Amino acid sequence: MITLNHYLVLSAILFTIGTAGVFLRRNIITVLLSIEIMLNAVNLTFVAAGRQFAAVDGQIIVFFVMTVAAAEAAVGLALVIALFRHRESLNPDAFTSLKW
Amino acid sequence: MALETILFYVLGTLAVGSSLLVIGQRNPVYSVMLLIASFAALAGIYVLLDAPFTAVTQIIVYAGAIMVLFLFVVMLLNVGQEDAAEYDRSHPFNRPFVRRFGALLGIVFVAELAWAVWHVSTRQPAAIAAAAPGSVSSVREIGRVLFTDYAFPFEATSLLILVALVGAVVLARQDAE
Amino acid sequence: MVSQPPLLHESHVVLALIPLFPFVGFLINAFFGRRLSKAVSGGIACLAMIGSFAASAVAVWQMVGQPGPVRAVTDNVYQWIASGDLQIDFALRVDPLASVMILVITGIGSLIHIYSTAYMHEESDSEYARYFSYLNLFAAFMLVLVLGTTFPVLFVGWEGVGLCSYLLIGFWHRKQSAIDAGKKAFVVNRIGDFAFILGMLLLWTTFGTLDFQNLAAQVASLPPEAGFGVISIATLLLFIGATGKSAQIPLYVWLPDAMEGPTPVSALIHAATMVTAGVYMIGRNAELFSHAPDTLLIVAIVGGVTALMAGTIGLVQNDIKRVLAYSTVSQLGYMFLAMGMGAYAAGIFHLYTHAFFKALLFLGSGAVIHALAGEQDIRNMGGLKKALPITYWTFLIGAIAIAGVPGLAGFFSKDEILWRTFASGHWILWTIGVLTSLLTATYMFRLVFLTFHGERRHAAPAPAHPEEEEPTADAGAHAAAAHQASGATAHRHDAHAAHGHGGAGSHLHDAPAAMAAALIVLAIGSVVAGYVGVPAALGGNNWIEHYLHPSFVAHGVGGEHRETDRSSSYASPHSAGPEAPHSVGPEAQAPSGATSAHDAGSGSGHAEEIALERTLMLVSSIVAIVGIGLAWYFFIRRRAAADAVAASAAPLYRLLLHKYYVDEAYDLVIVQPIKRLSAGLLWKGVDAGLIDGAVNGTGAFVGAGSSVLRRWQTGSVRVYAASVFVGVVTVLGYYVWRY
Repeated sequence: MITLNHYLVLSAILFTIGTAGVFLRRNIITVLLSIEIMLNAVNLTFVAAGRQFAAVDGQIIVFFVMTVAAAEAAVGLALVIALFRHRESLNPDAFTSLKW
Repeated sequence: MALETILFYVLGTLAVGSSLLVIGQRNPVYSVMLLIASFAALAGIYVLLDAPFTAVTQIIVYAGAIMVLFLFVVMLLNVGQEDAAEYDRSHPFNRPFVRRFGALLGIVFVAELAWAVWHVSTRQPAAIAAAAPGSVSSVREIGRVLFTDYAFPFEATSLLILVALVGAVVLARQDAE
Repeated sequence: MVSQPPLLHESHVVLALIPLFPFVGFLINAFFGRRLSKAVSGGIACLAMIGSFAASAVAVWQMVGQPGPVRAVTDNVYQWIASGDLQIDFALRVDPLASVMILVITGIGSLIHIYSTAYMHEESDSEYARYFSYLNLFAAFMLVLVLGTTFPVLFVGWEGVGLCSYLLIGFWHRKQSAIDAGKKAFVVNRIGDFAFILGMLLLWTTFGTLDFQNLAAQVASLPPEAGFGVISIATLLLFIGATGKSAQIPLYVWLPDAMEGPTPVSALIHAATMVTAGVYMIGRNAELFSHAPDTLLIVAIVGGVTALMAGTIGLVQNDIKRVLAYSTVSQLGYMFLAMGMGAYAAGIFHLYTHAFFKALLFLGSGAVIHALAGEQDIRNMGGLKKALPITYWTFLIGAIAIAGVPGLAGFFSKDEILWRTFASGHWILWTIGVLTSLLTATYMFRLVFLTFHGERRHAAPAPAHPEEEEPTADAGAHAAAAHQASGATAHRHDAHAAHGHGGAGSHLHDAPAAMAAALIVLAIGSVVAGYVGVPAALGGNNWIEHYLHPSFVAHGVGGEHRETDRSSSYASPHSAGPEAPHSVGPEAQAPSGATSAHDAGSGSGHAEEIALERTLMLVSSIVAIVGIGLAWYFFIRRRAAADAVAASAAPLYRLLLHKYYVDEAYDLVIVQPIKRLSAGLLWKGVDAGLIDGAVNGTGAFVGAGSSVLRRWQTGSVRVYAASVFVGVVTVLGYYVWRY
């Protein structure tokens, strides 16, 4: 019997994986990918909860999250391109000009 | 019911496995492809959850547009393997205290999540009921709610996309020479 | 709660015009004076004063037409303060006392304005207009002071005249000594005002009202205080304020320095009007003061001692205006002596006659200074009798009047005071008064003889540079006194020196028409003004005493009034010891009108009393003649004898010349410690240390804090992400903890 818990656990696992990816990878693009994993985990939670409470709002929210994720990915990648032009590197630690 | 259980575990394993591999790969192209696989698995899970619209949107928007965009950028920048060692020495994360603290933080985080999930389960013991298919998940229903109750966020999101569009063009533009 | 005495509620608009005319004159000259020619700005100011005089005459006419015994006209201009229990209206009231004051202020004020049009003629147009604007403003405030029905309104005028005094003393503001003198006047007045405010507050909390009529009505029902109680403390505080404004001990030190201002200012403010505000205030609160016999005694003693002390100082001063200044202080002492004896009408009478001859003397000295192009040291004068006839003869009349020669104004008023003092049994104070009379005659005629008689001399030592342009290091109000200490012989040129009139006596002209006219009118006044108060002993009916009497008693609800004016309390002279305090029980006379005990004689003691009074008059007349004779001997016959006396008593001479070193003492005891405290503690400690320290410390703290906090900006994106993560964990932990 698949309960809400199963979906929540799955979502939590995916979210943790995404978080770990953000901190452990040293390639900006991979970091962005990890962020997408996190967002997907959240989407899963919303849909599952929406299904549980018989509300369509869960899917609506997912709709908006996807839209925002697309916008964010576009802008983020544009930033990456601009940064790459400066330093020829995709390592986030290469960009420390704002250090105190 | 058994089919649902089997499908859930299969798709779940696929999603988790792909995600792990995503963050474990060195080659960013492989990461992108593995993430597409993860998204596909998730789309399957959405179907299981009686959310076909969401599943299709996931494939079209996420796997079809965003990941392709990622692929474009990866190809464009053509970085290849990741070079690790160059900036490592002076990084704050390399101090032992920080690493221990980070590990502790991770454990605390996981514990919190586990507690939250357990808490939900003690309060909501009922299984996910199979709701009437038409009432919640039909596209008609989603469309109706989207354009009435959520009309303002819908319009605002269009503005957001416009801003992102302009921003992306400006940011990635080469300076006029 | 005491029910209020019936006030006349009709509104007499003419009352508001009395201070309004000069106030409008002030506004015009203040805002537009720069663009007006001298004739226009001076004309506006004089017209304002003359208009005010006309309005005063009309108001007095209306008042006199009221049925007795409470004769007054009131005008409630507007409701000023309405705050809970405190209801103060801006109301004006003309009663007999106020009528005398407003006629003096506006009448003599008009003459001085006219005089000033000629005296100040060498100033530039804008300075001329500024002068007249201040002069008009002063008149407006002084009129508010004497017309007010409540303490706060009086205090508005009190403060206002203090302000105008400061402005006018420091009129030639490029001269450092003038600025210092103005500041000194203001600060010393302020000290007095502080005591005045405390007195007002004490009266408010004790009686719940600040209206003069209400206060008098409430106090009248009480017996006079046996010891030193609330009324005595309150009246003493009020009197301290009066010593500041009216230049008595201990706050008289500003008046001689105030001679830095133009001479008409000295005439108006420091002779005729402002300095009399303290005397007026006591007269206005006669009922209150009558119930505080201890305070009255203090008033009398302070008045007497001040009169004597100022007289001694005036004897040796060499600046013509300073002699007159100390003479003013001395005559004010007489007035306070009268008030202290309970002879309120006599004090006001002397105020009235003194205004005439002191203004005359000051304006005359102004004419001399004007003719001599700024020379003020009498050792450089002499031989002016023929060159300045009008000035000489009017000045001489003024001097005779102030000396108390029988027949002129000063005789009647001064004599009334001395008689009352003697009749109250205060023989020591009477002796002091007579001695001061002798000194008055002597120093005044010394002034006349040295200034006008003999030949022109240049006997004063070379002066220090008259125009002190460079500001002194600590330009406190004391700098003026420091100049005094370095030698009272230093010149005080007023700005006439800057306008080349020609030097030593080559071009002497008598007073121009405007000035001469004022001098002549005042001289006539000095002769005839005293005849309103011819005492019974000489066959008169002491009209002014009867006229003023209703102003000094309270008027109860039913129209009945209580006799508490001490002047009427002796049917026969007391034979008690000279300094024994008198307990005055309120004698409930039949309300048949106020009569002075002088005339309501009970028969047996009356003829003796008249004989005694005549004897005393003879004594004071002889004293006056002796004084004139002494001056004639020392300064006409044998000048060398004067110098010999001065040399033989050199320490005493120096003591008098340096005014008993009072200014130096004040400086040492009060001014320097305050300056050290201010600089050391308040400036360096509190202001620089605490306040600046707090402000700078905040800045330093922010700087230090930020230099610690900015290390958070590692520049590494992953560290920032880690920060966000820590926040997430914390928030999650909060929810875990809560649920």
